[in-house]
Amino acid sequence: MADLTELNLAEARDGLAKKEFSAVELAEAHMTRVSASSALNAYVLATPEKAMEMAAESDKKIASGEARPLEGLPIGVKDLFCTKGVRTTACSNILGDFIPPYESTVTQNLWNDGAVMLGKLNNDEFAMGSSNETSRFGAVVNPWKANGTELVPGGSSGGSSAAVAARLGIAATATDTGGSIRQPAAFTGTVGLKPTYGRCSRWGIVAFASSLDQAGPITQTVRDAAMMLTSMASFDKRDTTSVERDVPDYEAALTGDIKGLRVGIPQEYRVDNMPAEIEKLWQQGIDWLKAAGAEIVDVSLPHTKYALPAYYIIAPAEASSNLARYDGVRYGARQDGVDIDDMYAQTRAAGFGDEVKRRVMIGTYALSAGYYDAYYVKALQVRRLIAEDFTKAYEVCDVLLTPTTPSAAFPIGKNVEDPLEMYLNDVFTVTVNLAGLPGISIPAGLDADGLPLGLQLIGKAFGEEELLRAAQVLEEAAGFDAQPQDWWSA
Amino acid sequence: MSVDENMVRRIANLARIGLTDDDVPGLAKELSAILGFVDQLSELDTQGVKPLTSAAEDKIRGRDDVVTDGGYAEDVLANAPEKDDEYFAVPKVVE
Repeated sequence: MADLTELNLAEARDGLAKKEFSAVELAEAHMTRVSASSALNAYVLATPEKAMEMAAESDKKIASGEARPLEGLPIGVKDLFCTKGVRTTACSNILGDFIPPYESTVTQNLWNDGAVMLGKLNNDEFAMGSSNETSRFGAVVNPWKANGTELVPGGSSGGSSAAVAARLGIAATATDTGGSIRQPAAFTGTVGLKPTYGRCSRWGIVAFASSLDQAGPITQTVRDAAMMLTSMASFDKRDTTSVERDVPDYEAALTGDIKGLRVGIPQEYRVDNMPAEIEKLWQQGIDWLKAAGAEIVDVSLPHTKYALPAYYIIAPAEASSNLARYDGVRYGARQDGVDIDDMYAQTRAAGFGDEVKRRVMIGTYALSAGYYDAYYVKALQVRRLIAEDFTKAYEVCDVLLTPTTPSAAFPIGKNVEDPLEMYLNDVFTVTVNLAGLPGISIPAGLDADGLPLGLQLIGKAFGEEELLRAAQVLEEAAGFDAQPQDWWSA
Repeated sequence: MSVDENMVRRIANLARIGLTDDDVPGLAKELSAILGFVDQLSELDTQGVKPLTSAAEDKIRGRDDVVTDGGYAEDVLANAPEKDDEYFAVPKVVE
């Protein structure tokens, strides 16, 4: 039998349907690779027994002709999603050995559709980071290497991106608050889709910045992303910002026909010091879409340069509020103190890492008396200007094409000492979160060091069908089929 | 805007994050750098612009004011660092 871990989601689904192999065999093949992958540190908890149990159940469903849309397909879950009875920590010490007594809506949707859980994936602590170096479980290593140097897999969903790139799961769940799905996808040669705000329920996902957080998949192909989104998306009464709207069959939207599609090219994304090869790849993407029949339109998003500064007030402000719940009383790891206030302070001092402390403190400052208007309200006003930029652009175009990141993956440790340098990673992705739009990163080429680079397409709110259709055309034109050489399997 | 060491202690106290004296100078520098970056926003005239708190601007759904969940104290308490019967236990608050 061929190596089952070479298959993408759609291929594995079809192979299972034709009974070329069983769900148990498929899960076993992936579990074997997972158990040999500790050098990557992508999984923080493998759940082989659960995987085998779910796969056996899938085989029964397939045998009785009752296969569901993702029947028997093994996936990894970012450790930000609560999984009933399975340790969930957001990769923070403050959650200790938290065992959720409930399941997140998104993961429940996936299990209801027959997917098989391989385990929990590493991420930056509370999803705060762009390199997966702030996790309590240590850094994730990118399966791709340049000149023998170990690189970051991007973040915060670095375990998810590394796992999919290294074939330690056919797909993975992830979350994106400022670029945390798209940037790691770009760094690992995978596809990362951040849906429209409100498309996937946030219920049961550890909150970072609630007005920006959105779940989505990291996959090998655009078709796989469409399959995953069709299952992950739903209307959920338990999330007040979940949007009551039917979930289409996103895979059916992949017609390959984008004739007449108007693709906007935002001039402001030509930032200073952008590497020539990224500039070149962007132009290549424009040419590919044009050749497929799209119409290219120059557009302006004039407030782009203010998106990161606004984000670094809004996200920390929401985080400082959300993370107030970690007080050592109801769950997580408690530290003793001389009185209750001291217990809170010691618990949070020991439980939060440096980046989380920085952001909680920035947020606390921006929300404190005397600074609220100057920082928080100002940032929210700028947020509206950024959202209005997109509204205006969409009067003359249907989707936008940009690079995903200003660089390829960088060496582990390079930006750890300089938070601001790290924040600049999200310069092309963060605007999308502020405006609540869907965005997708597609692997489009390799740089001079042989590292993957991504292009980003941005859609209209709830325009995922159009977005995925365009993404698949871009994917096909790019014909990206490079894979990292397996140096990690023990 | 630069943040001095007194301000760092004040914010840490508001955020209930314990600091050692050694933590303070580094944080003052880092927070000042981040706020310096954010200060670009002051270049923009936002007079009269309505703040946008969320992309989901539609009115938040209401629902009937009835109990829809609950009745499983054991689950709620399952992860508590310390509990007493059906209560979370904390250090003494009232003398």
